Amino acid sequence: MEYFLQQLINGVTLGSIYGLIAIGYTMVYGIIGMINFAHGDIFMVGTFIALITFIGLVSIGVTFIPLALMLVLIISMVLTAAWGWTVERLAYRPLRESFRLAPLITAIGMSIALQNFVQISQGARVKPLQPVITGGYEIMEKDGFIVNLSNIQIMIVVVTVALMIIFSLIISRTALGRSQRACEQDRVMASLVGVNVDRTISLTFVMGAALAAVAGLMFLLYYGVIDFYIGFVAGIKAFTAAVLGGIGSLPGAMLGGMIIGLIETFWSAYFSIEYKDVAAFSVLVLVLIFLPSGLLGRPEIEKV
Amino acid sequence: MSEMLLQVRGVETYYGNIIALRGVDLDVQQGEIVTLIGANGAGKTTLMMTICGTPRAREGQIIFDGEDITQLPTHDIMHRSIAQSPEGRRIFPRMTVLENLQMGAILNEEETFGEDLELVYGLFPVLAERSEQRGGTLSGGEQQMLAIARALMGRPKLLLLDEPSLGLAPKIVKQIFSVIKDLNASRGLTVFLVEQNAYHALKLADRGYVMVNGRITMTGTGSELLHKEEVRAAYLEGAV
Repeated sequence: MEYFLQQLINGVTLGSIYGLIAIGYTMVYGIIGMINFAHGDIFMVGTFIALITFIGLVSIGVTFIPLALMLVLIISMVLTAAWGWTVERLAYRPLRESFRLAPLITAIGMSIALQNFVQISQGARVKPLQPVITGGYEIMEKDGFIVNLSNIQIMIVVVTVALMIIFSLIISRTALGRSQRACEQDRVMASLVGVNVDRTISLTFVMGAALAAVAGLMFLLYYGVIDFYIGFVAGIKAFTAAVLGGIGSLPGAMLGGMIIGLIETFWSAYFSIEYKDVAAFSVLVLVLIFLPSGLLGRPEIEKV
Repeated sequence: MSEMLLQVRGVETYYGNIIALRGVDLDVQQGEIVTLIGANGAGKTTLMMTICGTPRAREGQIIFDGEDITQLPTHDIMHRSIAQSPEGRRIFPRMTVLENLQMGAILNEEETFGEDLELVYGLFPVLAERSEQRGGTLSGGEQQMLAIARALMGRPKLLLLDEPSLGLAPKIVKQIFSVIKDLNASRGLTVFLVEQNAYHALKLADRGYVMVNGRITMTGTGSELLHKEEVRAAYLEGAV
């Protein structure tokens, strides 16, 4: 029971990170019907920006941790968003009127390019960060097994839930969110009421990348090591989460992220840690076979 | 004399290599109702969409309010107070009626929204009743009203209406046409109307154009065209 509780806490934390990344996949898919395979690498770039910013801030004497983290959060959101914007502008927008697979292929190309860029500019070795947020609570103890809820875990879940609420409100209540949904439902009509479709799509990439940056910072603080390759596996997991939840659905991405996080954690805890990725991806296979539109997605109706 | 609002000069539009509009000339003056009639596939909708820049005219010029808008992106053209109620209505299906109307007003200041909403709810009371319902669940006639209302929310100087009568019961067609007439009379709204329902359109319009195979073949006042033998034979047989 104690063991289970501990794994539940760990799973929800991991699921939050996956969920934040999954939102980027699902939003972009919703608006232009394309899987942005470079999104995982945008997340990876976000972790590096966070690490560099943090070290930079500490070296210029910003050692008050809450302030430093706040600055890191803002700076890495802005810079990562700029990366997301640039990728869309360079690699996807010129192919907007092209055949469906073209942007998918450039997305994979962008993914490889980003990985290599970081590998060359930052080196291939893992980059460590000393634990910044320490401490936590002992929830219960039995037979020498202590269930821990660490401060960093609390922070990850709280930040994720807060961002989820903010972004859901943006999508459902603001003019920007309405424009995004309008572009998703009928791009030509959106332009006929005066929506700048290209700019709306850009903003969608910017929002997705900013959330990936938050996930990146959380990942960095939680695990303490990053390298140029983390975007690949995390990206594919988040993509699985988005498909599981129903691609195009914002709450679906969050729910899918949670489920993937929990499956992976419990599988590692009770079966074998080596096969945790297999467990997560088996879910993807099962979902695609039995529930292709996902848990909260709409059934796909091919537009004519 | 009246001011020229829209001038279409020698416009040619292609879909790939297939020509759809062949040197179209057409004028709409401030305060007029002008209609374009023609058979299926004549190019009426293409002209309507070309005015809005999608697809873009390959040849010729489109001048709105003294400004050449031929090469502007679609959203910039709409910024100049042109609104379209397009063919097939194109309601945003998974947005509520109210959200659809908010989309129509997206370029306006927020202060005027309440006033404009009151106007369109007054014109089409059924939309007020259905304001929280999703656009995709409305009936065809209600969707048409919503499409026109959405266009009106943009406070257009020029309203482009593409086949507002298509597939609707005669009673609703009558209602929609009388709304157009009232808006023109009371607010001086300029309307460019594309119709297959030639009889109603020509009765309503100040002037009309006839399009055949991407060319304007005839023009005249509404009643002139209504009484022309060629028009009667081609478009009004059995309609009167």
